[in-house]
Amino acid sequence: MLQIKNLHASVEDKEILKGINLEVKAGEVHAIMGPNGAGKSTLSAVIAGNENFEVTEGEIILDGEDLADLAPEERAHKGVFLSFQYPVEIPGVSVTNFMKTAINESRKAKGLEDMPASEMLKLIKEKSELLEIDRKFLSRSLNEGFSGGEKKRNEIFQMAMLDPKIAILDETDSGLDIDALRIVANGVNKLKNENNAVIVITHYQRLLDYIVPDFVHVLHDGKIVKTGGKELALELEEKGYDWLK
Amino acid sequence: MDLKEKLLSSFLAFEQKIDVNSDLHDVRTEALKVFENKGFPTKKEEAWKYTSLNAVLNNDFAVLPSNEIPVEWKDVKQYFLNNVDTYKLVFINGVFSSHLSSTTHDGLDVCLMSSALTKPKYKMIIDAYFNKIADKKDSLTNLNTAYAAEGAFINIPKSTVVAKPIEILYFTTGTVANFIQPRNLIIIGENSHVQILERHQSLTDAPMFTNSVTEIFGQKRAIVDYYKLQNDKLTANLVDNTFISQKQESRVSVHTFSFGGNVTRNNLNFYQQGERIDSTLKGITIIGEKQHVDHYTLVNHEQPNCESHQNYKGIFDDRATGVFNGKIYVDKIAQKTDAFQQNNNILLTDKATLNTKPQLEIFADDVKCSHGCTIGQLDESAMFYMQQRGIPQKEARALLMYAFTDEVISSVKIPDLKLKLQKLISLKLGVNIGFDI
Repeated sequence: MLQIKNLHASVEDKEILKGINLEVKAGEVHAIMGPNGAGKSTLSAVIAGNENFEVTEGEIILDGEDLADLAPEERAHKGVFLSFQYPVEIPGVSVTNFMKTAINESRKAKGLEDMPASEMLKLIKEKSELLEIDRKFLSRSLNEGFSGGEKKRNEIFQMAMLDPKIAILDETDSGLDIDALRIVANGVNKLKNENNAVIVITHYQRLLDYIVPDFVHVLHDGKIVKTGGKELALELEEKGYDWLK
Repeated sequence: MDLKEKLLSSFLAFEQKIDVNSDLHDVRTEALKVFENKGFPTKKEEAWKYTSLNAVLNNDFAVLPSNEIPVEWKDVKQYFLNNVDTYKLVFINGVFSSHLSSTTHDGLDVCLMSSALTKPKYKMIIDAYFNKIADKKDSLTNLNTAYAAEGAFINIPKSTVVAKPIEILYFTTGTVANFIQPRNLIIIGENSHVQILERHQSLTDAPMFTNSVTEIFGQKRAIVDYYKLQNDKLTANLVDNTFISQKQESRVSVHTFSFGGNVTRNNLNFYQQGERIDSTLKGITIIGEKQHVDHYTLVNHEQPNCESHQNYKGIFDDRATGVFNGKIYVDKIAQKTDAFQQNNNILLTDKATLNTKPQLEIFADDVKCSHGCTIGQLDESAMFYMQQRGIPQKEARALLMYAFTDEVISSVKIPDLKLKLQKLISLKLGVNIGFDI
């Protein structure tokens, strides 16, 4: 589904990704772990098309199509979803209106009519229940005054609404207490099926108790230095990252 | 003959139509003298440093009201609130249009300045209020006073909640360039509440200049929600001089929405003449091309324990220019004043400019005054966030700008007006996102 080949990326002439190779197949969960500054968030931003990063070499291919020339919204329309480490606050735009706009823009790009209001409401109801989100929450301004946990839960709610092919969860576990972590992980697990894939970017093994990865990759200094099964995460938790350098 | 000379010499013709043997006439001639001495404001004056009227004043304006040019309801319907019943005071080229208006004398007066100025039954009110709060030194205000003859006269007795909003509309039309000078006097009695919407709208491409003066008196515990909607043609110019006197515990808010016009200058002056007063000044400016909007505000805290809240947002595209000058004066006896001022702006191009200047003069020592202004571009991280969710750049920009204006829109208390403003804003931003709030 997603192939990343020899990916190099820099920001302001400083190279951060130094040749990443990664293949994610439909139905798989991959975890990317690594110390601070390894390039984890850069990798997620580059896949999503953030123009602050310059891809200097390599390819990102989704279902056979090179994403290089696609704007962030076009990648989103093709099924790329990024759950942000720091979701942005947008005052004056409610969660519901934001989702309506996002879904209808995506449909427009596919040549479809706007989603009928009744269908939209049904979808919102279903997905908000999945994430145990209170209805009142949906009429609040997007992320404004949300707690860390609410922001992350709201990200996964949006993922549920948009039903992406490949979801990248960037440090989704940071700032979550154990109950919120369980709800978020449970949501992700229910959305997971044989046609989509998830990349979990995390510092700690904690989230991986709930979202069990098929593969664990260790990112260090812009390169994947080790790949293993889920047991690698436990080993990292125990030994830290220093032994891999 | 330049415009100033024309205005001075036309006064004789104006006098033919009015009663020259009255106290009012003395006020007019006195005011004309001030204008004669000062002339039109120029950029040499600190208060007009960033706004030039020169190009506008070169037009060959007719300075006295012409005869009424008929205007059909269907042609102007769009400028009114359509889903709520309202009182209406409508003027065309400065002349009252009875068939477009809906006035009343039933328990309150929503009628014409011309009758208030001439009928004996209003003499006491005119003597007590007319030209009492208006600036006696400002040349354009004096020019308006000299020619004051027509406009809105609203007199709400005490303990009256006016059920219907009042709309004041000044249309200009025809092929002749017009210089019009509306004069409004609004008195809100103790414990009374009113909502008023004022618009100036040109229906033609002939150049227009409106020099308007409005005096508002809010008595004890009065509540006044005043809205100014400016979405005029590129040939229309407006200098709006509004003076507000507030008595104790009154609450007056003025929202100014500046979405269009050539040169627009809003002089908004609040005088707090009692304790525990609340004054609100809010505005949204969204302009492009070579449009110019200048907000010049004054809040005069003369008494203790009062509050003022200012919040102005601006979005400037193309080569548009904006000015915000907010003066807060706190008298030495005005202890426990709480004055807040904020001015946030977004410049969409390198050619758009904005000058913003807070001006605080505080003579009391136990007060809370805060101010802040920002000039910036749209938040890139917010743009990327929205694009990541599939919202294209253009729509994401519009949504962010819409969000930026929400803080001001949310305090509009007439639902029909709020909806109209939301539609106007999404239209102005060039994208119809089609979402409800």
